[in-house]
Amino acid sequence: MTTARPERLWRRTVAGVPYLWLLVFFLAPFAIVLRISFADPLIGQPPFTPFYDEAQGIQLTADNYRFLTEDDLYWVSYLKSVRIAAVATLLCLLIGYPMAYGIARARAVWRNVLLLLVILPFWTSFLLRVYAWMGMLSGQGVVNKTLLALGLVDQPVQILYTDLAVYLGIVYTYLPFMILPLYATLERLDGDLLDAAADLGGRPRQAFLDITLPLSVPGVVAGSMLVFIPALGEFVIPSLLGGLDTLMIGRTLYDEFFVNRDWPLASAVATVLVLILVLPIVVFQRFSQLDREVTR
Amino acid sequence: MKRQGRSPTFLFSCLCFGFAFLYIPILVMIAYSFNDSRLVSVWTGFSLRWYGALWENEQIIDAALLSLRIAFVSATLATALGTLAALAITRMGRFRGRTLFSGMLAAPLVMPEVITGLSLLMLFVSLEGLIGWPLGRGADTITIAHITFSMAYAAVVVQARLTTMDRALEEAAMDLGCRPMGVTFDIILPLIAPAMLSGWLLAFTLSLDDLVIASFVSGPESSTLPMVIYSKVRLGITPDVNALAAVIVAIVGIGVAIAGWLMARMARTGAGRSA
Amino acid sequence: MSQPGGKAPANSWENPAAEPFIRIRNLSKTFDGFPAVDGVSLDIYQGELFAILGGSGCGKSTLLRLLAGFETPTAGEVVIDGVDMAGRPPFERPTNMMFQSYAVFPHYTVADNVAYGLRKEGLGKAEIKDRVAELLELVQLQDFARRKPRQLSGGQQQRVALARALAKRPKVLLLDEPLAALDRNLRERTQFELMNIQDKLGITFIVVTHDQEEAMTLATRIAVMDAGRLVQIGTPTEIYEYPNSRFVADFFGAINLFEGRVEAGDPSRIVCAETGVLIHAEPIAGQPLPETLFVAVRPEKIRLSREVPAGEGMTVMHGTVEDLAYYGNHSVYRVRTDQGKLVQVSSPNAHRSAELALEWDEPIHLSWPRDCSVVLTE
Repeated sequence: MTTARPERLWRRTVAGVPYLWLLVFFLAPFAIVLRISFADPLIGQPPFTPFYDEAQGIQLTADNYRFLTEDDLYWVSYLKSVRIAAVATLLCLLIGYPMAYGIARARAVWRNVLLLLVILPFWTSFLLRVYAWMGMLSGQGVVNKTLLALGLVDQPVQILYTDLAVYLGIVYTYLPFMILPLYATLERLDGDLLDAAADLGGRPRQAFLDITLPLSVPGVVAGSMLVFIPALGEFVIPSLLGGLDTLMIGRTLYDEFFVNRDWPLASAVATVLVLILVLPIVVFQRFSQLDREVTR
Repeated sequence: MKRQGRSPTFLFSCLCFGFAFLYIPILVMIAYSFNDSRLVSVWTGFSLRWYGALWENEQIIDAALLSLRIAFVSATLATALGTLAALAITRMGRFRGRTLFSGMLAAPLVMPEVITGLSLLMLFVSLEGLIGWPLGRGADTITIAHITFSMAYAAVVVQARLTTMDRALEEAAMDLGCRPMGVTFDIILPLIAPAMLSGWLLAFTLSLDDLVIASFVSGPESSTLPMVIYSKVRLGITPDVNALAAVIVAIVGIGVAIAGWLMARMARTGAGRSA
Repeated sequence: MSQPGGKAPANSWENPAAEPFIRIRNLSKTFDGFPAVDGVSLDIYQGELFAILGGSGCGKSTLLRLLAGFETPTAGEVVIDGVDMAGRPPFERPTNMMFQSYAVFPHYTVADNVAYGLRKEGLGKAEIKDRVAELLELVQLQDFARRKPRQLSGGQQQRVALARALAKRPKVLLLDEPLAALDRNLRERTQFELMNIQDKLGITFIVVTHDQEEAMTLATRIAVMDAGRLVQIGTPTEIYEYPNSRFVADFFGAINLFEGRVEAGDPSRIVCAETGVLIHAEPIAGQPLPETLFVAVRPEKIRLSREVPAGEGMTVMHGTVEDLAYYGNHSVYRVRTDQGKLVQVSSPNAHRSAELALEWDEPIHLSWPRDCSVVLTE
């Protein structure tokens, strides 16, 4: 539209600077990870074989991927990550849906306060919130003391360093991510729709099942993906709350890198994890698009 | 307001249970920061000794200062880059590579931190081998890593504001003789300033909070606060971390209270003047 | 109903020697293959208050945006005051626009909003101050100069938008649905204010609207648009009394349509296909008439009478009152003719106790003179 030079420069800056940044610091690293995942480990700096060697030409090996399929540590980690993330997502949904619904149906004055209360923990440190559960769940922690006092158990039970603790930790830290998108869809739900359903003879339970639940599906999907996707690659929670057998892929990757210092294998693990994530991400994007179209 | 006659008690108890779940662990953690005992879960009496210990722990103080510095710089740059990116997506129409651009912009939102951290480290190592930069790793590489993943969040927040903004405002400015660049500074930036502030706060918090990415791209000399906390709590519960948690919660609480007061005041004066 | 701008020579569009101020030639705009504006040609003269009228999605707003420079035409040209607008961005055009949403800058005061265009022009401080004061007086917002837009009512915001658009003394002021967002009372007042301001300044106004009443009261001339094309251009009277198509006839208020064909040899006699009644019309000269055509009659042109009406060239029908609605100043009757056709008639209530107080189901005669029959071929 315009030919003036500063204008053109400005246009190029707006798109160009962030574009360049992302190319260098987001896309290029991926290419490097992909490339290293096809290299052999080496003792030295950097600890992998070079891409091109004067003597041998281009060096690529699929050994790392073969190793991933052979050693069942990785299979177990991937599957366990998916299972833990899925179950934790379901638990978040079960706790988060009534909460989001309750907030959406609360008086307008209260709604913002309740929402703030949901978001507030997010602004405090994630790490410290996980740490708080270490204290809660330890042998003499509040949970065990309560159980003992209620006479439900005779002696402290081991919760910390088990899968159960990991579930609790994930649900605890990711619950706001479930509640917020659910609230957003439920709040937009036209109250008149429910009145119309009631007017047409639908009992409240029926109106909920016929109207509210189907119309909140986009929020359910969005919230579930917002919990499931980060939970899948979670590292802090399994490493602080989980036991030695709580093998989640984020933790396996971290150990492969920092403990075994096998960069090519860690890169292969990362590449496969990205591939596993592609499906839920596509689902998420489809639904958020759908949601936008529906609410338009 | 009571649209349905049914089960407000059910919803009410769900809310009570949910908020109890969200807040009891934090409250318990804070309570035990005042415990005199070294054994965190045995209450022996009220004491502020762990706050004293915290104040004298130079490692924690240094790490906190480093984290704040990184968070400030990375949040500022991430907001700048994120705002530019949001402008490019919403206001530049179609340009070459737009699909790739928006994909790259959204990807850090869903990328596991271990992967972001690993890949950035690989990049830094390769760059060092190729062009001799960055020499080693430390605060700078952490800052770059934090900018990269938090600019996506800043961009989302700013983009949300830009898409709901009335395009006629920009057209009106152009109609009155303003060139596109001027429109950005006269109209768009003032109107998205609150969203930029939200984006900045989000990026700041994300940076302060990050453990995994920083662990990958930091050097031996630079430990951020989460890294120090992690190395302490990995071995079990320690009371001075409880004290630190209490301090952080207090700071956040005061910040939210001030923000709320400011917003309420702004709303009041706005209403007062129009009356 | 309305007068052309005082400074402009009256009815310049009727003067073949007059130079058009805005020349639009074969202007087209396609969005993803869909033609929003399709080959529009139009001349608008200096000082006109020109209305572009049509339903939603007819392309009228796109046409306005093409004039303002927000859209680039796919084909065709726009010339304003002798200058071709091709490739000119909005900030280099002698047009200013009043937006439907007003688009008042929320972070500027009223005075700063009005001053914005003048600052961009690089005028001196003192001059800007004078101009802003003058404009605020014109729209009666002198006392609100330092307010922020959110402290103003909708009507006041609109006047800010108007003052701001007039500040640069544009050659053409474009108004996008200027009255749509106002409530009924304010609409009427604003309508007259707009006409007064236009009259005072002599600036050419182009108004886009979907409201035919608004177009008729405001405009010197109206262009009716449908599906991206201009259907008819004319003065309000021309368009109301002599619509050139069923679309235009129907768009402007109520109308009765009779399908028919010309009686052999006499183009002034048309036989109604549905009722078989003979309809008298003015003979149409020129092009040969098609097999079937339509006769349109406005409800207020039809007379109701109990006795058989007489007269040369009168079209007469008989029926019964099926429905009637009292509107105070006039009443609307729906009469079912003996042949089963429903005809709408409106007659003024000129007397307090109407001598012709019709009742439901009353048999009645309908009649209208031949010059009230509008013959439509499409």
